[in-house]
Amino acid sequence: MFPLSSTTDSTTEAPRDEIRDTEIARVIAALNGAVLDSLVKPNDDMWIRVSADSWVATGNTLKSLGYSYFCFLSAIDWMPSPFGKGEDDPTDPPKECDTAVKQGYAGGSTRFQVLARVMQPFSSLGINIKVDVDDAVMAIDSWSGVYAGANWHERETHEMFGIGFNGHPDLRNMYLPTDFEGHPLRKDFPLLARIVKPWPGIVDVEPLPGDDDEEEGEAS
Amino acid sequence: MSLLGDRQQLAYIASQAADARVNVELETEGMTLNIGPQHPATHGTLRIIARLDGEQVIWAEPSAGYMHRGYEKLTEVRTYPQVTALVNRIDWLGSFANEVPFILAAEKLMGVEAPSRAQHIRTILFELSRIANVSLFLGDLGVQLGAVTPVFFAFRDREYVLNLIEAATGGRFHPNFDRIGGLKEDLPAGFIDETRNVMKKLRTFCDQIEDLLFGNEIFQSRTRGIGVIPKDVALQYGMSGANLRASGVDWDLRRDQSLPMAWNKVDWKVITHPDGDSFARCWVRLQEVRESTRIVDQLLDTIPAGPVMAKVPKIIKVPEGEAWVSTENPLGEMGYYVVSQGDMGPFRVKIRSASFNNISIVPWLLKGVYVPDIITILASLYFILGDIDR
Amino acid sequence: MNAAVLSADLAYWAQSLLRVLGGLVAVLLPAGTIVYLFLFKMMSFMQSRLGPMEAGPYGSMQLFAEVGKWLQKEDIYPARADKFLFKIAPLIVLASTFLLVAVVPFGPDAWFTDFEAGVFYMLAVSSVSVLGILIAGWSSANKYSLLGGLRAAGQLIAYELPMVLAVVGVVIQAGTMNMQGIVVAQNAGSMFGWDGLGNPYVLTQFVGFVIFMIAVQAELTQTPFDMPIAESELVSGYMTEYSGFRFLIFFIGEFATAGVFSMIASVLFLGGWAVPFSWFGWTNLNDIDNWMNVAGPLILFTKMVVLSFIIMWVRFSFPRFREDQLQRFAWKVLIPVSLVNIMLTAIFKVAF
Repeated sequence: MFPLSSTTDSTTEAPRDEIRDTEIARVIAALNGAVLDSLVKPNDDMWIRVSADSWVATGNTLKSLGYSYFCFLSAIDWMPSPFGKGEDDPTDPPKECDTAVKQGYAGGSTRFQVLARVMQPFSSLGINIKVDVDDAVMAIDSWSGVYAGANWHERETHEMFGIGFNGHPDLRNMYLPTDFEGHPLRKDFPLLARIVKPWPGIVDVEPLPGDDDEEEGEAS
Repeated sequence: MSLLGDRQQLAYIASQAADARVNVELETEGMTLNIGPQHPATHGTLRIIARLDGEQVIWAEPSAGYMHRGYEKLTEVRTYPQVTALVNRIDWLGSFANEVPFILAAEKLMGVEAPSRAQHIRTILFELSRIANVSLFLGDLGVQLGAVTPVFFAFRDREYVLNLIEAATGGRFHPNFDRIGGLKEDLPAGFIDETRNVMKKLRTFCDQIEDLLFGNEIFQSRTRGIGVIPKDVALQYGMSGANLRASGVDWDLRRDQSLPMAWNKVDWKVITHPDGDSFARCWVRLQEVRESTRIVDQLLDTIPAGPVMAKVPKIIKVPEGEAWVSTENPLGEMGYYVVSQGDMGPFRVKIRSASFNNISIVPWLLKGVYVPDIITILASLYFILGDIDR
Repeated sequence: MNAAVLSADLAYWAQSLLRVLGGLVAVLLPAGTIVYLFLFKMMSFMQSRLGPMEAGPYGSMQLFAEVGKWLQKEDIYPARADKFLFKIAPLIVLASTFLLVAVVPFGPDAWFTDFEAGVFYMLAVSSVSVLGILIAGWSSANKYSLLGGLRAAGQLIAYELPMVLAVVGVVIQAGTMNMQGIVVAQNAGSMFGWDGLGNPYVLTQFVGFVIFMIAVQAELTQTPFDMPIAESELVSGYMTEYSGFRFLIFFIGEFATAGVFSMIASVLFLGGWAVPFSWFGWTNLNDIDNWMNVAGPLILFTKMVVLSFIIMWVRFSFPRFREDQLQRFAWKVLIPVSLVNIMLTAIFKVAF
């Protein structure tokens, strides 16, 4: 089970840790220096970050190591949104937003990262793989030759983030109409609903009486 | 306001018109048939463009996105409880099951664990959602194949389950009951006995469906050997849930993962089928409903006493980190990759929905099948549009 | 009800009027009964629901409500449809029903026509509806309708043959193609010397009866043979583009044909409008009293209801065949079996 943060006891958690630790060591060894960073959260999950050149090789290696189940492929835009949450009164002066890019687990050096997850069936060990996408190039190699299911995921990532996938057989829009302009999941693409119409929650809402424990505490 | 300008709007309209023109052209080498987006066979607005040669399919391509609601963008401006309410609507037939992985991911990041009574009740409601979802599948299976009677039994018996969910949570289709740290409230009085009765009724329903539909020779000849998916292809495409187990892969995330839920406290079997055809997928789901009723019965016998909510602060700010939790939802493996930067809402949520992967195999699978088999295969793969399109 | 020679006093025009009215009743009454009794009520009860309850007591006026609804709809047709073909297609289908009912005997003197080759005519004319369905599918300018029409053509032609072959056994046993003659042969005859039940061919020609009922199910494009309609794929197949009065004609035609085929099946296999003659001491057609002219149609109606019950019951229970499975069933199973049936019938007819 997930330990509460104040009672982490590494000696009793060691057996599960060891599984993941040995596993990630095996993966890193097999990948021959392509791994730039890695992280194991005990009893939780594994992360590695690889270089963009070795993206396809990583996929093939992982497949041969037994990670035959393709879970998903997507991207993360690490820049905080310049629009905030859109919950501010539009008549107020715009708030200062910190748009410094700060990556998460297993580090990173670019604003966009492609994130994929593959799993070993039966043991349910999964590994999250991140790769930096250079802002100037905005493209990495396609995984559709490695895992057939990546085809659709890459199409969706392409239309949502604008990341190209070299070697993809048919990189067209998944959800959006063919001529849609812009890449919606980028943080600098605003959530149009909050721009077109002011958020109704701006008006202070009375909390429900007697419902203190579940009050969201949201007041604009 | 000036970002979605007139030009963009005109481009959108032009592309819709261009896509519509595809429908009307009659090409000489084979006929291009548009199944959907409005069609009784697709569970929602799925469009399949099929190039036919007589009655055989040369290629078929699903065109999703008619129901895209932009969930991942919406989650970026909402707090965690608001996202919970939003996420109910992805797989709307078994909707409690959508909330659970997200809440578990948030709890993982916060380092809290729900009390064991809450875990138990979560599991019960999860299995009830599975039963509600899959019993509709069983009824709908008949309609797709032409048997119009079982669907009424399915809806009638599903009503009992929905009444149970409504009694506990207040909502039949969108319970919005899970909270970080536990549940909104405790179970109502009389829930346990009523649930036991309903489980008996559902077992009767499963027997009826097995007699009426699965034993029928016509059903067997329509589904056996149709749409065979081999094991390795299924894994490569990321198929999950009953579709994967019907191809012979003995993998169930309830048993093979350790999550703070109560599945490992009760005794149940994982059901697989070696064939990988449409019949196998339907059969596995039928047996899973039966197993679910047994799980619920055992869980009802062993609910521990205690609180249903852990001590969490009033205003929840989840610490920085990333977490991935996936569960064995009625449709397959549904998971959330939650990225938090210490705020009241998530920074990025990647929703991994089961039907997206399940349907991605359709272009590969539908080469060379007959038109009626398209319907059979889609029915047996069982998707929900909200799950594909998010 | 349908008097051909009821009395010599009626003028010719009066007789014709009576015949027309009789024909309409003979076609529409079974249709209405089947629609209400089986489609509305029996199907609903099988599906654990009540069906229409609002219009009239127990929803009995629902049929009139439906007719009124269809009649008041706008008469639209697709812009690219072939207008003339589009409009006459439903009429062709309905015409075949009327042509069929012309040869069914309702009583000893109550018939429309008394062909010597009534069976032959009946089988030939039942194929006219195929034309109507094909025309409807093609002229709708809709890919789904086209698919439905093509499937229908293949299916209906394939299932004509088992129907014909099944009836041949009856003809051999009766020794005549005249429908009235077949009725008399069944009811005046005897089984192994016992004439308590007459000689209903459903017992001796049981295999033929089953094949005939299956072929009728396919001719009516009812589940499990409803590929041409296939609601969950083709959304009504060849009928997709029809609405309003034209759809009503298709709808009524479907159930009217079901009724007429059931009547024909009861004439061929169940003894038609008569009860075994031995019950009343009759020996041939001329002995029969005149009240049989009134009772005959009622008896035939009852037998028709029983047979259409079976047709509808199967319709609501089974999933549907795929087109190639359907064809395989007709050509590889039904036709050989019916050929064997004919052979055996001929052998037994000569031997006994």
